[in-house]
Amino acid sequence: MKSLLAGILGAISLAALASTASAETTLTIATVNNGDMIRMQGLTEDFTKNNPDIKLEWVTLEENVLREKVTTDIATKGGQFDVLTIGTYEVPIWGKKGWLVPLTQVDDPADLLPAIAGGLTVDGKLMAAPFYGESSMVMYRTDLVEAAGEKMPDAPTWADIKRIAGKITNKDKEIYGVCLRGKAGWGENMAFLTATSNSFGARWFDENWAPQFDQKEWKDTLDFYLELMKADGPPGASSNGFNENLALFNAGKCGMWIDATVAASFVTNPKDSKVADKVGFALAPDNGLGKRGNWLWAWSLAIPAGTQKEEAAQKFIGWATSKGYTELVASKEGWANVPPGTRTSLYANPEYAKVPFAKMTLDSINSADPTKPTVKPVPYVGVQFVAIPEFAGIATSVGQIFSAALAGEKTSDEALAEAQAVTTREMTKAGYIK
Amino acid sequence: MARAVSTRRKLFFTALSWTIAFLIFFPVLWTVLTSFKTEGEAVSIPPTFLFFDWTLENYAVVQERSDYVKFAMNSVYLALGSTLLALLIAIPAAWAMAFAPGKRTKDLLMWMLSTKMMPPVGALIPLYLVFRDLKLLDSHVGIIIVLMLLNLPIIIWMLYTYFKEIPGEILEASRMDGASIGKELIYVLAPMAVPGIASTVLLNIILAWNESFWTLTLTTKDAAPLTQFIASYSSPEGLFWAKLSAASTMAIAPILVLGWFAQKQLVRGLTFGAVK
Repeated sequence: MKSLLAGILGAISLAALASTASAETTLTIATVNNGDMIRMQGLTEDFTKNNPDIKLEWVTLEENVLREKVTTDIATKGGQFDVLTIGTYEVPIWGKKGWLVPLTQVDDPADLLPAIAGGLTVDGKLMAAPFYGESSMVMYRTDLVEAAGEKMPDAPTWADIKRIAGKITNKDKEIYGVCLRGKAGWGENMAFLTATSNSFGARWFDENWAPQFDQKEWKDTLDFYLELMKADGPPGASSNGFNENLALFNAGKCGMWIDATVAASFVTNPKDSKVADKVGFALAPDNGLGKRGNWLWAWSLAIPAGTQKEEAAQKFIGWATSKGYTELVASKEGWANVPPGTRTSLYANPEYAKVPFAKMTLDSINSADPTKPTVKPVPYVGVQFVAIPEFAGIATSVGQIFSAALAGEKTSDEALAEAQAVTTREMTKAGYIK
Repeated sequence: MARAVSTRRKLFFTALSWTIAFLIFFPVLWTVLTSFKTEGEAVSIPPTFLFFDWTLENYAVVQERSDYVKFAMNSVYLALGSTLLALLIAIPAAWAMAFAPGKRTKDLLMWMLSTKMMPPVGALIPLYLVFRDLKLLDSHVGIIIVLMLLNLPIIIWMLYTYFKEIPGEILEASRMDGASIGKELIYVLAPMAVPGIASTVLLNIILAWNESFWTLTLTTKDAAPLTQFIASYSSPEGLFWAKLSAASTMAIAPILVLGWFAQKQLVRGLTFGAVK
């Protein structure tokens, strides 16, 4: 009898243990390898301490690998991930297809920067919560600009950039007036060139989805870019992306660099940059047409439709994108390391206002409008991209053509004619052009 | 005089071989050196070669951030598992083609090789859907099968080339003595083909170890091998080259050591049948 009782008790306790184990939810989170995301992985104890029933498993991957993997998984409903890190390009497309779950537990959604939140909202529902946002701006060497007898305006024009670059360039000393992206890719040179083209009044498509590379505005954009880079850019610029230009700037080889606002913390870090104490910031240039050449991007957290763990995923995203998380980072690593560009309250914080690039980042983000990216009306959403599934492929092809033009393999006219032909062919194939 | 010319020629070709070998090996050496630099030093212009402050910091960070042993063990399971499975299929197949060829054997061999000509991405979605439905995503079994299928044509070709060198009369003699097909394969053919099988195994392990497209796509965490470990340190926005180099060095170290010890077999395997 005793042994029977012991057996029953044992079985009950085993069953209890088993039910405890099954109550634990494991979230698989796909994320990119950048400083802010890696920092979050180190701070998750704050979340798991308050949610002991949720376990977090991270899959960190390089951006392009992650994009391919996550796209395959979500398109086939593979169910490998419960939380995704995705960019501003994917959110409108995936949201419209019903591949994402609307977010319900985001901390104070009204506090999100309108420019950022606008790009993540589909049919009035927030489909992804921004973890950090970025725009682009001019980073320049204060000492070189001063030595050239110039003063960088807070909101320069492209003519200012060209003039100052010309005065800074000293090829004998391997100092180049301006470093810009030239490496082919929709997220590489085409992010920069598309944003720049907005400030020249160009657009990818007219209201009927007709490609616009045969228009004067695109010719002005490409001619300007090629001439500027030929005169004042570094050698081999057609292979330079973000990282290559960052290395050049940090080594003191660039007078100016126009790129992502997230670079500000890298170029001002004395551990990695030889010019950390000589960097100034300005808004991305314009041409007096009412649009600046800056882009808008946010790495955001989203939930794939079909996950079995939606409730836990909602909780996690609520925590990771909250004001509380921002304060947690500030308390552990200082305000300069807080994920930027997502919340109005962060920029109202007097402590954060002391960070040298804070104001310029906010102004850059606020001056970009994904729904009205350029001077003329467009049928698409996106500042440095066009939020349609075909864009990544088309823009990568066009990027290769423009990169070849930068390398001197073809003229500006030839490149534009090829870009027009490629885009027209693909858009016709995709059914946009009847 | 003739001897002087020949010595000079020898010296020239030795120097040339070493130079070419060094140039080929240089990227690996550069990766290893970069792994001991700070992030700032890793991208310094002009680059530093040997005279920099050597640090183990990157290895410490990588070790702290990732479970290297788990990724490495997965690589071992996948490389060995796929190789053994492939051998089980390839030895009988190569035996049949070498000693009992049919009319279409040559065509069949060419067809098998042609499957390597298709870009893998062409099969991505169908395979992903099959894996999803069979619950094979992120499983060792699933990725072992894919790696086996991927390398099977090369293994069959290599074994076929080796087996062709073995006189068929020996096998005939064993048959005359009453050996069954199984015994003929295990006790007669296999011992004679050991060097060939060994180099095939080595090459296949290296190919499976380095395969990245399918291992990155079909695994997530439980079965993820070292290719994913490396991919987690690459970033288009942020200079983490020293950490990436440390991760790469850790990922290639085991296979580099294996390759070093087995280079004789590898060279033989890769050049077999090339000079006749």
